[in-house]
Amino acid sequence: MKKKSTTEPRTSHTFDAYTNSEIRRAAETGIYDIRGGGSKRSLPNFDDLLFLGASISRYPLEGYRESCNTKVILGDRFSSNPLNLEIPITIAGMSFGALSAQAKEALGRGASLVGTSTTTGDGGMTKEERGHSKQLVYQLLPSRYGMNPDDLRKADAIEIVVGQGAKPGGGGMLLGQKINDRVAEMRTLPKGIDQRSPCRHPDWTGPDDMEIKILELREITGWKVPIFVKVAGSRPYYDVALAAKSGADVVVVDGMQGGTAATQEVFIENVGIPTLACVRPAVRALQELGLHRKVQLIISGGIRNGADVAKALALGADAVSIGSAALIALGDNDPRYQKDYEKLGTTAGSFDDWHEGLDPAGITTQDKKLAKRLDPKLGGRRLANYLNVMTMEAQTIARACGKNDLRNLEPEDLCALTVESAAMAGVPLAGTNWIPGT
Amino acid sequence: MHILDFNKLSLRDINKTLQGSDKNSFFSIRNPKGSHALAVGINKKITVKIVGSVGYYCAGMNKFSDIKVEGSAGPGLGENMMSGNIYVTGDVSQYAGASGHGGSILVGGNASSRCGISMKGVDIIVKGNVGHMSAFMAQKGNLVIFGDAGHALGDSIYEANIYVAGEVASLGADCIEKKMTKKHLSNLANILSNANVSDYNPDTFRRFGSARSLYNFNVDNAKIY
Repeated sequence: MKKKSTTEPRTSHTFDAYTNSEIRRAAETGIYDIRGGGSKRSLPNFDDLLFLGASISRYPLEGYRESCNTKVILGDRFSSNPLNLEIPITIAGMSFGALSAQAKEALGRGASLVGTSTTTGDGGMTKEERGHSKQLVYQLLPSRYGMNPDDLRKADAIEIVVGQGAKPGGGGMLLGQKINDRVAEMRTLPKGIDQRSPCRHPDWTGPDDMEIKILELREITGWKVPIFVKVAGSRPYYDVALAAKSGADVVVVDGMQGGTAATQEVFIENVGIPTLACVRPAVRALQELGLHRKVQLIISGGIRNGADVAKALALGADAVSIGSAALIALGDNDPRYQKDYEKLGTTAGSFDDWHEGLDPAGITTQDKKLAKRLDPKLGGRRLANYLNVMTMEAQTIARACGKNDLRNLEPEDLCALTVESAAMAGVPLAGTNWIPGT
Repeated sequence: MHILDFNKLSLRDINKTLQGSDKNSFFSIRNPKGSHALAVGINKKITVKIVGSVGYYCAGMNKFSDIKVEGSAGPGLGENMMSGNIYVTGDVSQYAGASGHGGSILVGGNASSRCGISMKGVDIIVKGNVGHMSAFMAQKGNLVIFGDAGHALGDSIYEANIYVAGEVASLGADCIEKKMTKKHLSNLANILSNANVSDYNPDTFRRFGSARSLYNFNVDNAKIY
């Protein structure tokens, strides 16, 4: 009999447990994994940056005495009625269909309580979100599901969605189990079939066409509301320059940590660049055009707390947008539903099969019983609390850096913990004057 | 009749006038010079005659109004229109009627590629030929083609109907020829009658639509895409 080995079993970094389980799953099912959310892999991110608080060479502001402005105006380049937000944190586009009507209402209530905007999604505008969102951004998506000029004229801003950080170059997917009668009617498709949203707009290609598309939208809405252009984080320097050149009032750049209702795992984890890497090229594009602060820049994708907000703004953004974090504030992946998550073969904190419509928290579902688990009023209150905390956190940091306006934060206030993040953010490695790549 | 002359007025002036006009007004637009985004977002039952050719997105998101272009039209004619009628005497460029929800478009000449892309209920009648990928992902409504259709007609089509009198270069994924039933002959007659088109022989038309085999993902269909 062979003697038992005394060495520890060696697992492979290349073939780790998750990789092996994916290989087995692919072999068993014959289909790639589809899930919701954004990138879960370890990426350079805002945690890799630190603020250099004031000391002798800079002096701080009193934390509880001196004011620090958080207001921001979005879209005053060409529109006569720009968005006036109390805080520089907006709610990103998430569709009715992907989310329950209650969840959309909760987002509207929470955002309105703190004076910020929400955004529609694929499938059009519901009366719940229009009714509960004081400032609502209406998305023009490639599918044009639910798109109609009456809702367009009801919107406070229009967002042309070119791409999404979770899937640059990819379209959407809403599986048949979430297509109930109301969703089907809004999208003009039969109930129960998979709805694949296209990756390109049906009536234009390229920046020259987009410029004319923007002209059309302005002519339909009388040049009143701002036009946003949302791009996925892939080539932010060029995309932001082209969006600005095309006449956008606001450009939204969504990094790869940005969530989606559903797409292929391989897409989420392997296409696009981290949010941290998007900001400086986007800002540089606007600066070189003389449009920084004239065309506002919104950064999204994995924004979680006030420190992330402050860092994005310090790198030159005018505002940030949150999606996944807002859902967590409402109750997504809450440990109180741990048993229900286990029944689905997952855990609280890991659940990402949003497309299957079985969300125990009642957020990413069209199941009436599950959807009732979310109280829109309570959800709205929770979101408002969370947005307030983020804002106060960002103010705390700004005051410590001696800034009386969040947008006065600047790259000079930052240093980086890693060579990679220093290069991406264009700030020095901590304790040095070295900015890699310069 | 009100005359709006591009030699004297800006695009904004003209669109604002059309959008703010009284119901049943009649406008004649002169010297359009291929302008983009002309007569867009109209939300009333008015009549607009455009004398000359227009650029992109003419009559975009139209509701209720009747718009006639005496000339040709650029890309995106009547995109996302909800109702009303559009008639172009000449040719139209790409994406005519894209994502249109209702109403009708009549093209006297030819239509370029992707005619009726993502259409959601609009009726589109083309007296000439249509280019490739027409009725791509068409969800609802009817595309009637008197001439020939280019390659990949009706690719990934949902519940829209396509009627073709001429030749079809090729069909796209999940688009098949279907039986022309009495119900569909009646449907075709209604569409053409509503657009005041009477010079046709119903026997020459064939019908195409979705095989519905790609409505729910099946890995065994992956090679079709």
